Amino acid sequence: MNVRALNFVGLAIVGIFGLAFLVLTPRFLDLDAVLELTVYMIMAILALSLALVWGYGGILCFGQSAFFGLGAYTYAIAMFNVGESTIPFMMAMAVPAAFAALLGYFIFYGRISDVYLGVITLTVTLILFNSINSTAGPEFHIGAAKLGGFNGIPGIPSLNIPGDKNAQIDLEGMFYLSTAALLATYFGLRLLLASRFGRIIVGIRENERRAELLGYDPRAYKLATFTIGAALAGLAGCLFANWGSFVSPTIFGLAQSAQIIIWVIVGGRGTLIGPIIGCIGIQWLSASLGANQPAGSGSWASLLSNAPLILGAILIAFVLLVPKGLLPTLGDWGQALLRQRAREAVAGVEPLPVGKE
Amino acid sequence: MKVNRREFLQRATMATAAAAGAGAFASSALAADTIKVAGIHDLSGGLDIYGKPMVDALTLAVEETNAAGGLLGQQVTLINYDPQSSMQLYTQFAQQAALKDKVAVVHGGITSASREVIRPVLDKFKTLYFYNTQYEGGVCDRDQFDTGVTPAQTVEKLVPYAMKKWGKKVYVVAADYNYGQITSQWVKKYVTENGGEVSSIDFFPLDVTNFGPTISKIQAAKPDFVWSALVGGAHISFYRQWAAAGMGASIPMASTTFAVGNEHIVLSPEECNGMLVCYNYFQDLKNPVNQAFVERFHKRFGADYPNITELAMGTYQGFSLWAAGVKKANSIDRLKVIEALETGIHIDAPSGLVTIDPPTHHCILDVHIAEVKDKKLNVLEDFAQQKPSDTAAVCNLIANPNDNQQYVIKF
Amino acid sequence: MDFVVLLAIQVLYAIASLALISIGLAIIFGMMRVINLAHGEFLMLGGYAAIVATSHGVSIWIAMLVVAPIVVGIIGVIVERTIIRFLYGRIIDTMLATWGLSLFLVGLTTAIFGNTTVGISAPLGSFEIGAYRTSAYTLFVIAVAIVVLGGVFSVLRWTRLGLIARGTMQNANMAAALGVNPPRVYAVTFGIGAALSGLAGGVLAPVSGVFPTIGVAYIAKSFITVIGGGAAIVAGTASASALFGAVNQFATFATTPVFGEVALLAAAIVLIRLLPQGITGRFFRRGI
Repeated sequence: MNVRALNFVGLAIVGIFGLAFLVLTPRFLDLDAVLELTVYMIMAILALSLALVWGYGGILCFGQSAFFGLGAYTYAIAMFNVGESTIPFMMAMAVPAAFAALLGYFIFYGRISDVYLGVITLTVTLILFNSINSTAGPEFHIGAAKLGGFNGIPGIPSLNIPGDKNAQIDLEGMFYLSTAALLATYFGLRLLLASRFGRIIVGIRENERRAELLGYDPRAYKLATFTIGAALAGLAGCLFANWGSFVSPTIFGLAQSAQIIIWVIVGGRGTLIGPIIGCIGIQWLSASLGANQPAGSGSWASLLSNAPLILGAILIAFVLLVPKGLLPTLGDWGQALLRQRAREAVAGVEPLPVGKE
Repeated sequence: MKVNRREFLQRATMATAAAAGAGAFASSALAADTIKVAGIHDLSGGLDIYGKPMVDALTLAVEETNAAGGLLGQQVTLINYDPQSSMQLYTQFAQQAALKDKVAVVHGGITSASREVIRPVLDKFKTLYFYNTQYEGGVCDRDQFDTGVTPAQTVEKLVPYAMKKWGKKVYVVAADYNYGQITSQWVKKYVTENGGEVSSIDFFPLDVTNFGPTISKIQAAKPDFVWSALVGGAHISFYRQWAAAGMGASIPMASTTFAVGNEHIVLSPEECNGMLVCYNYFQDLKNPVNQAFVERFHKRFGADYPNITELAMGTYQGFSLWAAGVKKANSIDRLKVIEALETGIHIDAPSGLVTIDPPTHHCILDVHIAEVKDKKLNVLEDFAQQKPSDTAAVCNLIANPNDNQQYVIKF
Repeated sequence: MDFVVLLAIQVLYAIASLALISIGLAIIFGMMRVINLAHGEFLMLGGYAAIVATSHGVSIWIAMLVVAPIVVGIIGVIVERTIIRFLYGRIIDTMLATWGLSLFLVGLTTAIFGNTTVGISAPLGSFEIGAYRTSAYTLFVIAVAIVVLGGVFSVLRWTRLGLIARGTMQNANMAAALGVNPPRVYAVTFGIGAALSGLAGGVLAPVSGVFPTIGVAYIAKSFITVIGGGAAIVAGTASASALFGAVNQFATFATTPVFGEVALLAAAIVLIRLLPQGITGRFFRRGI
């Protein structure tokens, strides 16, 4: 089988599995599990946005949470002012994208790169955090929406079917929407990356100078990638605001930012499925460590329930033992398996006797 | 297939992680005929100085209930969640407690932000919720009961006491989030009502540790005393830097947030002696219920336990009130328990008599003013049965049972 | 007049504390391009080391200036040997590993010390400047910062160890060809960087309090300062601290602490936009 066919088979497998997951999960799992899976789907979209920007674009964005938070806040504020969800939904993607375009212009056309870019994006998200954190008084409002400061904005109305204000999406519907959005994002990104645009940004990631000499303007392409990533993060933010019906400034914080980077590293940079798996895996691990804390204070039990301790140890072990990330390592195993099979297959073949042609 | 050591380690790691995860899920399968109670408190991530004593108090309350025969003849199982100071996990755990564990009641939330996150979730899934932390007041929700003190109960008493003792000019330093901002408004209101003047209100983000400029500004303003609504570990540095600048002897301080995180033990006596605080509960309260309680608490958690905090007692009282409601309703059904609690149930708690105020779902409590002295809190004056008048001004759940929001109380 | 003096001391103090918390990270990042996300936790451990030593009767000065750096230096060497060693050149993986390490250290400290730990109060008392009183300890912190920066500069400029370190930093392969053992240099440098972080944590413990999660307050600021400073270790840290510390303090004095924080962040953005390689990418280029 050649590589293209394998690729196609891989995509088909993902598609079939994804559709099955979409359709069957609410039937077989109860509401609590469906809700939990919904947020994992939403965060996976966020992970994909950074996978595009960083894994394929080579832009170390330490502040992807800024666009995530902007999307969530934009949706919340617009929803309280407009009342019907089509416009807020679109704004939730447009506003972060516009912000990213501005910021990206500032960064890429100023020839800022690697660590320095990381620091700028980090400071941007921290500025947003500090600013919105101080908006607790009732005088801080945009139209009918109070910003609420540290307490955030609770009680955000849900999305509704476009046009009909009262047909609000329910919890199961939220799951369908989020999973469908994730699948659409995944396949959309696959298409994008297979196109000319995708190849160019990978080329720029590999060697910017060479791409420039070949006639492509890396600044424009990086700006475009950055903006698309921000729009995706905004989409995730909008869905997140729907899932929890709340948004608060901690969404802009350092912890959230670092989380997204960790997901992509754990899953495997340079892949798309990897960050999805990394995101879901780590989220699930954090939730499991936090749930079911043993009561009392037996020392063994309290050690096991010490979430940062366990999570930290697992991450360190992970880096040392699975250096390339989950998906590339699994891929390596798979390849090693295939090569072993091929070797065994060949080993049984007798060499042709010489000179008998 | 040849396997080398590195690959073996890789596989073993993944398998162990998977097994650990499966184990974590398996342990959540509980016996069917117990009454389940969930506690959602941060045990890591920055708010854990508040969360740990609350979980300990809740654990003791559940164990005592079980030792006395349980509730309605059944044992009570406590399920503790640690949201690690993450709002997303608060939501997830609230959903899990309500839908998967199907608990009878949730005790939890520390900051107002976390409360506002889980309140709508528990409303939606019809689970009773007790919020046991002191906060800025104003929550009006039939599904929720609040057992913490609000500004009308503590600030209203401490301001005139401090003004009588020290003078009429006040400088306010507060944490820059809702609790700090609203409390400082209350301080201003009571100071003005008592004929005083607030020279300035300064707000600080929760992670600021450098208070030099502010201390200089306070010195320039020459107030009679400083009111502190600072919160959290980083803000302890204010008290340190204040003492280091030699201000402890010249300008006194009053606070309704100090000591909730055991700041009086962390700091040295020179750094905070003479501060006035006002709370519902102090470990040294001299009534027989409290003395017995402290003895039991120390027996369970060790006599060297730092200090039983106000929030820990709030949680203990919250659970006791709920248990009393269950007994009166003879059921754990949410509406029946709410109706039972709304008859004005009261308990003899270690902090005094605690009664539920039916229109607001808040509590009528004793408050005491105490002075910090050598790492202890010495009670100076008592005020019995303070009503939650700030919330009562905006909220009446008997008249409007469908009310569901947090009011920001306007002046 | 006395207000000006007070302001000057406050500004110097802000610069000094920023420099102290950043110098350790600057050495580790400047030398090995390791983004040490556990840097805040090294500061925290320095604070705890000082507290534990003081509570066992050790003089506060020795606890802060000797015990804290030694303890954290040893921890740094252990971390380097067990974790970082495998990750040189892999800047991304060091981020993940040090993030995991920071979580681990926070969890470990919480488990050992609990959440309520008695602190140490600032020694040296206070003194008056006209109508204002200020803590004499701020002068001590400023002095320590000057000594530390001066010491690092001297070691790098005038000692053999410094020469080897700088050579390895510029071109590890060439240094190896000349007989230097780069892994050993890295281990020593990481240990020294960690020790300096521990020293900063110990020195700042009396003014900022010590609890397991205090590292979070430091990591963003020190990261921004180090990157803003650029490639040179001492010159970069000094100049970036001076700029950001001054901006922060002036803004805080003029307006509110919230705006002071935002001003520092905004200054960082403007700086990196104007000087994309940090301050020492353009000025003090041949500095250390």
